[in-house]
Amino acid sequence: MLAYIFRRILGMLPTLIIISFVTFIVIQLPPGDFVTSVQAEIAATGGGMDAATVESLRVRYGLDQPKIVQYWRWISGFPRGDFGFSLEWNAPVWDVIAGRMGWTLLLSGLALVFMWVVSIPIGIYSARHQYSFGDNLFSFLGFLGLSIPDFMLSLIWLVVGTLVLGIPAYGLYTPEMVDAPWSMAKFLDLLAHLWAPVVIMGIVGTAELIRIMRGSMLEVLNQQYITTARAKGLPEKKVVRKYAVRMAINPLISVLGMQIPKMISSSIIVGLVLSIPTIGPIFLRSLTTQDMYLAGAILMFMSLLLLVSNLLADIALAWVDPRIRYE
Amino acid sequence: MKQYEKTAAYIKEAYDRQNLLDESIAHQMIKAEKNVVATSQWRLMWRKYKRNRIAVAGGIIVLLFYLTALFADFIAPYGLDDRMVQYSYLPPQRIRFFADGRFQPHVLALKTGRDPLTLQRTYVADPEKRIPIRFFVKGTPYKLMGIFPASRHLFGVEEGIVSLLGTDGQGRDMFSRVIKGSQISLTIGLVGVALSLFIGTVLGVVSGYYGGWVDNLVQRLIEIVRSFPPIPLWMALTAALPRHWPPLWIYFTITVILSLIGWTWLARQLRGKVLALREEDFVMASRLAGTGDMWIIFKHLIPATFSHIIVIATLSMPSMILAESALSFLGLGLRPPLTSWGVLLQQAQNTQVLLLYPWLMIPGFFVAISILAFNFMGDGLRDAADPYTV
Repeated sequence: MLAYIFRRILGMLPTLIIISFVTFIVIQLPPGDFVTSVQAEIAATGGGMDAATVESLRVRYGLDQPKIVQYWRWISGFPRGDFGFSLEWNAPVWDVIAGRMGWTLLLSGLALVFMWVVSIPIGIYSARHQYSFGDNLFSFLGFLGLSIPDFMLSLIWLVVGTLVLGIPAYGLYTPEMVDAPWSMAKFLDLLAHLWAPVVIMGIVGTAELIRIMRGSMLEVLNQQYITTARAKGLPEKKVVRKYAVRMAINPLISVLGMQIPKMISSSIIVGLVLSIPTIGPIFLRSLTTQDMYLAGAILMFMSLLLLVSNLLADIALAWVDPRIRYE
Repeated sequence: MKQYEKTAAYIKEAYDRQNLLDESIAHQMIKAEKNVVATSQWRLMWRKYKRNRIAVAGGIIVLLFYLTALFADFIAPYGLDDRMVQYSYLPPQRIRFFADGRFQPHVLALKTGRDPLTLQRTYVADPEKRIPIRFFVKGTPYKLMGIFPASRHLFGVEEGIVSLLGTDGQGRDMFSRVIKGSQISLTIGLVGVALSLFIGTVLGVVSGYYGGWVDNLVQRLIEIVRSFPPIPLWMALTAALPRHWPPLWIYFTITVILSLIGWTWLARQLRGKVLALREEDFVMASRLAGTGDMWIIFKHLIPATFSHIIVIATLSMPSMILAESALSFLGLGLRPPLTSWGVLLQQAQNTQVLLLYPWLMIPGFFVAISILAFNFMGDGLRDAADPYTV
């Protein structure tokens, strides 16, 4: 097992190198660089910069070097935990994004938990009562959930929450709580703000997982060992819980690797609409101001997260299903 | 001798009878064969698809959406940029269909005023003054489908304003803009899917057919593309589009960017399909007959996977529409003067504006409905694509 994990991690390295290369190219794509966008901003407010200042800024940020040197400087810092320097924030990238990464991961994690907790029971119910009213209702709701984009759900929640229900539907805290010291009241306030984005992020995934769970459960329930278990006189509850679900849950684990990056993507958009300090708002800002090391580091982190979560999903699958062999 | 002749006559008679019988059997067989061949695979699929009522409903909605997009200029009462400044931020109007017990669709005239506290414009409907909605009225001139000059609109009013979905800050009718926006929102998906179909089909089929290092190369490529989370990568790529590009370039570059990721899924699916088909007898027969690889791929393999390609294309439409609207909503995708549902939603991105004028988010419902319809349709098609299983 350990050897397998080690091999997988080793296999990730070439992919990571290619990813870093592509990332660097992508963030270099926009015409001009950070200094040009600073110039444009200053010019917009009526000021100007002389050529010497511009040149010294370029030298200071290393933008005058050939691209390959810039790439090497950037990427060689990663193994040391130096993810570059945010030009706009004038601070190391890690300091800028650490807190936001925390919120992103927290929201995504909670959304994953929500998805599993909701979709597994519904999937089991739908499979056991195939074509019943409940099954049809859930599959219709599932379609609805699949089809409403997350930004739309956030907008609807913003309007309904604020105008109809009269609760502040955006941000993490009510304004007067933002600077308050940690207390029970602040924590409850946070919870009251947190559940909606978590549900919004989880809805699309929930709909997918219900379908997978239902299909997988239907397949398993038709297998002979289930018939055998029933024929032995095992109570139906036990047949479902200990025999069927245990098997049927495997496909859910194998899509877990794909769910995590989707959550991250979703947290970007939901964070932007509901003004939650996820990685989203800062990523969008860094893209528009061409704060390239910040944007690049965020893109790298997200790709890394995708690779790691795929690995974790494979390990989890091997752990749950002992029939899986890694040669 | 006599005996001999008798036997010969007997044999001849038997022979004739047998001939007749054979003929009639052959006749019956031809008849039967005709009956069997009468139902082609496509017809079977259509039969199965028709049985799925939700899928049919989805298909009809999709069709209606595209028809609306085609005749958008005619259906929209106003032009894309007709500004009626005196009616800025007008909430959606209520259409009343009956007046004095007769069918006579109309809206009420509006009196504008200002809220003394917030200084916002307010609109009060005047129940005394009805503005009848006329059909086929003259309005802003346009070119239907970009060719035929015309100025009649499906409906409109002669004075005042008719605004089903309200207006935006510049007094532009949201309904007209949503209808016009459907042109871009719905075609960008089509173009994007067509592009990813092309890349995906070629790479997927080639990868499955040849196997070996070709397969390995394509699979590694897919893995690398898929190790980027799609939304952030799309954001980074679209942010790189120069601001000064003409709208048409932006439009096509965005479809290319969208299909850059979309093709991987298609290629994977087709590869699996081709891997199975490659071992079938008809491929072997074709190879024995001396046909080349290209012939087998284009004459046998791609037609054999055609129904699956259609299913996959339909099922990938939603993600294209979704991605385009999400990107445009964030201000990274299309930009005015191009108008898609996502571009229209940009106004709703500002929380304060949205809370004051919540009808600005209505374009998003059209995104959701179109995605829902495509999902229903694709789901039905997927079941129908394999008509031999019950």
